[in-house]
Amino acid sequence: MEQFTGTVWVLGDDIDTDIIIPTEYLALKSIQDMTPYAFSPLRPELAAQIKPGDMIVAGKNFGCGSSREQAPEIIKALGVRCVIAKSFARIFFRNSINNGLLLIENDALQAAVNEGDTITVTVNQDIEHNGQHYEITSLPQNLVDIISAGGLVKAMRKLNGLD
Amino acid sequence: MGSTIIEKIIARNIGAECVKPGQIVTVNVDRVMIHDIFIPFVADKFEEMGFTKLWDADKVVLIYDHLVPASQLDDARHFRKGNEFAAKYGMKHVHRSDGICHQLMTEAGYVKPGNIVFGTDSHTTTYGCVGAFSSGIGYTEMASILGTGTMWVRVPETIKVHITGKLAANVTSKDIILTLIGDLGADGATYKALEFSGDTVENMTIASRMTMANMAIEAGAKCALFTPDEKTAEYCEMELTEAESSLVGDADAVYCKEIYYKAEDFVPVLACPSQVDNIKPVRALAGTEIDQVFIGSCTNGRLEDLMAAAEILKDKQVAPFVKLIVTPASRKVYREAVENGTMEILAKAGAMITHPGCGLCCGRTGGILTDGERVVATNNRNFLGRMGTSKVEIFLASPKTAAASAVAGKIVEG
Amino acid sequence: MKPMTMAEKIIAAAAGVDCVQAGDIHTVEVDQLLSNDGTTHLTIDMYHNKLKHPHIADVSKLVWVVDHNVPCDSPKTAASHKKMRDFAKEHGITFYEGAGVCHQVMMENHVRPGELIFGADSHTCAYGALGAFGTGVGCTDYLYAMVTGKSWVLVPETLRFNLTGKLPEGVYARDLILTIIGQISANGANYMAMEFGGEGLATLTMADRIAVCNLCVEAGAKTALMEVDDVALDYLKEHGRTPKHVFKSDEGAQYAKVYDIDLGTIRPIVAKPHFVDNVVPAKECAGVKIDEAFIGSCNNGRIEDLRVAAAVLKGRKVHPLVRLLVVPASQTVYMQALKEGLMDIFMEAGAIVMNANCSVCWGSCQGVIGEGETLISTGTRNFKGRAGHPNSFVYLASAATVAASAVAGVITTADMLE
Repeated sequence: MEQFTGTVWVLGDDIDTDIIIPTEYLALKSIQDMTPYAFSPLRPELAAQIKPGDMIVAGKNFGCGSSREQAPEIIKALGVRCVIAKSFARIFFRNSINNGLLLIENDALQAAVNEGDTITVTVNQDIEHNGQHYEITSLPQNLVDIISAGGLVKAMRKLNGLD
Repeated sequence: MGSTIIEKIIARNIGAECVKPGQIVTVNVDRVMIHDIFIPFVADKFEEMGFTKLWDADKVVLIYDHLVPASQLDDARHFRKGNEFAAKYGMKHVHRSDGICHQLMTEAGYVKPGNIVFGTDSHTTTYGCVGAFSSGIGYTEMASILGTGTMWVRVPETIKVHITGKLAANVTSKDIILTLIGDLGADGATYKALEFSGDTVENMTIASRMTMANMAIEAGAKCALFTPDEKTAEYCEMELTEAESSLVGDADAVYCKEIYYKAEDFVPVLACPSQVDNIKPVRALAGTEIDQVFIGSCTNGRLEDLMAAAEILKDKQVAPFVKLIVTPASRKVYREAVENGTMEILAKAGAMITHPGCGLCCGRTGGILTDGERVVATNNRNFLGRMGTSKVEIFLASPKTAAASAVAGKIVEG
Repeated sequence: MKPMTMAEKIIAAAAGVDCVQAGDIHTVEVDQLLSNDGTTHLTIDMYHNKLKHPHIADVSKLVWVVDHNVPCDSPKTAASHKKMRDFAKEHGITFYEGAGVCHQVMMENHVRPGELIFGADSHTCAYGALGAFGTGVGCTDYLYAMVTGKSWVLVPETLRFNLTGKLPEGVYARDLILTIIGQISANGANYMAMEFGGEGLATLTMADRIAVCNLCVEAGAKTALMEVDDVALDYLKEHGRTPKHVFKSDEGAQYAKVYDIDLGTIRPIVAKPHFVDNVVPAKECAGVKIDEAFIGSCNNGRIEDLRVAAAVLKGRKVHPLVRLLVVPASQTVYMQALKEGLMDIFMEAGAIVMNANCSVCWGSCQGVIGEGETLISTGTRNFKGRAGHPNSFVYLASAATVAASAVAGVITTADMLE
C-alpha cells in the first residue's frame, strides 16, 4: 500500500477557488506563473512556504466556487502531496481527480493537527498522527481507473491509441 | 416509484427506464460552453489527448466574456487561441462580445428543456431555469467531451424546495436564493440537485428563475431545476413536447430533503463578507456606509434587474463619492434597456454603464476596490479578494437593495 | 503698446502687467487647476510629505477628475482613486468620477475664454478651442500652484495657422491636425503656442476645434489657441458660462512662423506607428490588417465623432475578428448618443460600447492589445506600447476611417467601403 509522510499546513472551512487562485492571475501564461499567487488573498506568504511533499489539511467545502482547474493544478505544482479536508466541493473534486491530485475526506483530523505537525498517509487505509490512526475510505472504481491511468488526459490518449 | 426531475433527464438521456441516486452513468452531452479564460487550456488538453476533430461542432459554443474588454497584456492571447481553435475545428457558435456566457446560452437558444449541458464555469447551473441539467466542469473534462461527446456523472440525490405565496414588493428571487443558501450552508447541497416548485416559482419570470439556478452552486449543488412551463416555452421560442412538460418531480419521488418556504416570510437579505452563506437581513445592516454599487453579472444583469434598479433610481442621483457601475448581462439586454428608456434613467442618475460581460464579478476589471472599501453587488460571490484586496467587504444583494443603497450611500432596503 | 499674440495677452493679464513678450518669464495667477487619476495620488503624497504648512490657496480653482482607469482595473489604481476621493472629500474639491475624460469634462463645465489653466495632463492644450491658455504641467508645478495659486511661465513664441476654405466631405478636423503635425513634425512647436485663425476657422465646429487644439501637444506645443468667435461663444452660452475675457491677437503681433492652410486640400490621414508625425494619406495604409479599433478619447469621443462613426457603421457589421470599442468622451456625450439612437447602431454593428473614460487611449484598463496586435485608433498617441503590449502597433485616424477599418478588418477609408 502506498505510504508517505509529510508536514501539514492547516486551513479553515470553505477555502474557495478565488482564494486558491484569484481571477486576477488566471490569464497568466502558465500554471508555473500562477503558483506564487496561490492562497494570496488569505495567506500571501503561504505559496512560498509550501515545500514539495507537504500536505494541506482543511475544514469543510474545500475548493468551493468556480470551475477553474488551475486550482488543483497549482496545488499540485506547489508539490502538495495531498489535500485532506472534511469535505470537498464537487467541481474541485472532479478537477483534482482528473489531474491526479489526491484528495482525502476526513472529519476528525483538522481539529487534531497543528500546522507543522507530521502525518503519515497510507492510501486507501488511514492517516497516522501522533500515534493516532484516522481511517479513510477508498474511492469509487471509476475514479480509481482515471487516477491509475494517470489522469484524464492520459486516459483519453489511451482511448485515441496514442500511449 | 416516481422520479425527480434530474433522474428523469438522465434516464431519458441514456435510454433507461429509471435511474437512482448514486448510480454512475455515461451521458450523451447535448451542448457545451467554453469561455475565454479557459479556452487556451481546453485547446491544449484536447490536442494533448490526441483528438483531431470535435464530436459535433454544432454543439460547441465558445463565448468571450470574462476578458471583454481586455484589461491585461495577455488577455488578447486568449482571443487569439480561441479564434484559432474555432477556425481549425470548424466551430460556428462563437460570441466575441455579446455578453456573459450563461445569459447567452439560454437567451440565444442553445439550451432547451431536458438537455444535458456542461460548461467550463461553475455557474453553468443557470440553465436549470429552463429545465436543463447543466453543470460546471474543468477544462480537462471539457476537452474529453469535445472529443467523445460523453461524460460520466453520478446521479445526484435531490433536495426539493417548495415555495408558495406572494413575495413582498422589495423582495426578489435573489433574496430567496440567498436565504436558501444561508439555510443550507455553502456545502449544504454538495453533489446534489436542487429542485424548485410551488406557485411562487411558477409565477416567476425565467429571468428570476435564472438568478436562483445560477446561485445553486453557492450551496455546492451540481444543478438546479425548474419544471418547464408556458413561460419556458415562450422564452425558448418553442412548443413543449409532452416529455419536456413532464419534467416534474413525481409525488412519489424520493428526495433526500424537502424544504418549505412561504413567500411572505422572505425579506431583503445580504450575503455578508466573505461567504455566500453568511446571510443577514438588510435591516440588520441598514446604515452601513458604502463606496460602490455593482449591478450586473449572470446572476442579476438582466432587463428586469436593470428595470427594477431604474425604478428606484428614477429622478434620483447616486450619492456623492459613491460609484454605481452597471454591466448588462448581454448585448440584447443592453439594447432592450436602451430602447425602453432604462439606460437613460440609469445614466442620468450617474451610473457608469459598461459593455456587457462579466465585469466586476470576475474581479479583473470593471470597478476593483481597495482596502477598507465596501461594495454592494448583485452578483454571485463575495469571496475574500474577489473584487480587489482581501480587505474589501463585499455584500451581495438584489438589484432593488443595490439601487436603493446607491442612492442612500449606505445599505438600505429597496 | 507693442502688438501682442493671444498667448501673450492671456499671460500679461494673468501676470497683472500691460505687456509681455516671448522669452519673458512671469509669475502668473492661475485660474483653474485640473488634475486626474494619472498623477493626483503623487501630488497628494507630496502635499503631505514635502510641505511644511500644507494648505490650498483657493480650493475653488481645483477640479479633479477620475478618468484614466474607470471603472477601476486593479487594487493599485483603486488605492490611488481612494486617496484622491478622500482628499477631495476632505477639502471640498470639485470632483468627478465616471463623468468622462477630464478635458471633455473641463470643456463642458469649466473652461472660459481668457483663462490660464494648468492641467496635470499633457492634453490640457485642448482648452484653446475656447480661447483659454491651457497647458500641461507635472506634479511639482501643480502642487506649487495649488498651494500658492500662482506659478511661473515662460512666454512662448507663437506659430500662426491661417485657415481658409472648408474641409471636404469625409475629411475631419483630425485629418487636419494630423496633417499639420506631419508637416511641422513632433517637435515643430516645442515650447510654442499654436494659434489658429482665419476665415476657415468659422467652418469648424467646437468638436473640430477641441480635436485640433487637443493634439497640438503632439507637435510639442505648450498650448494651442483659437480665436473666440460666435461658434465658441454659443457653445459657452449653451453650457451656461460667460467669458473671463475674449482676447484677440493684435494686428502686427510677432509670430515665429505663419502657415496658410487651405482646408479644402486636406485628405484622410493616418499616423503610422510609432510617432504621431509619421503621417501618410490613409489610402497608403489600405489593407493593413487590424485586430482592434477604438473610437473615443478626449480627442475624438464627442457626439459629432460618434455620429460620424455611426453613419459608417449603420447597416454594417464589425469584422468578426476585430474588436471595436466605442467610448464616449463624457457621460453627457453618452446620454446624447443614447437619445439619438447611436448606441443602438453601435450595438447592432457588434461594437463594444463602454462608459465614458480614457479607455484604449490610455491603454491599461480596457481594450488592452496583445503581442503583435494592431490597433487603429482615434486616440491621441501611437507611441510604442501605448495601448498594451510593447510589441504592438497603433495607427491613428479619424472616426470615419477607424469605423470603416473596423468593418473591413483592414485599414480602409469610409469611401472605400462597399
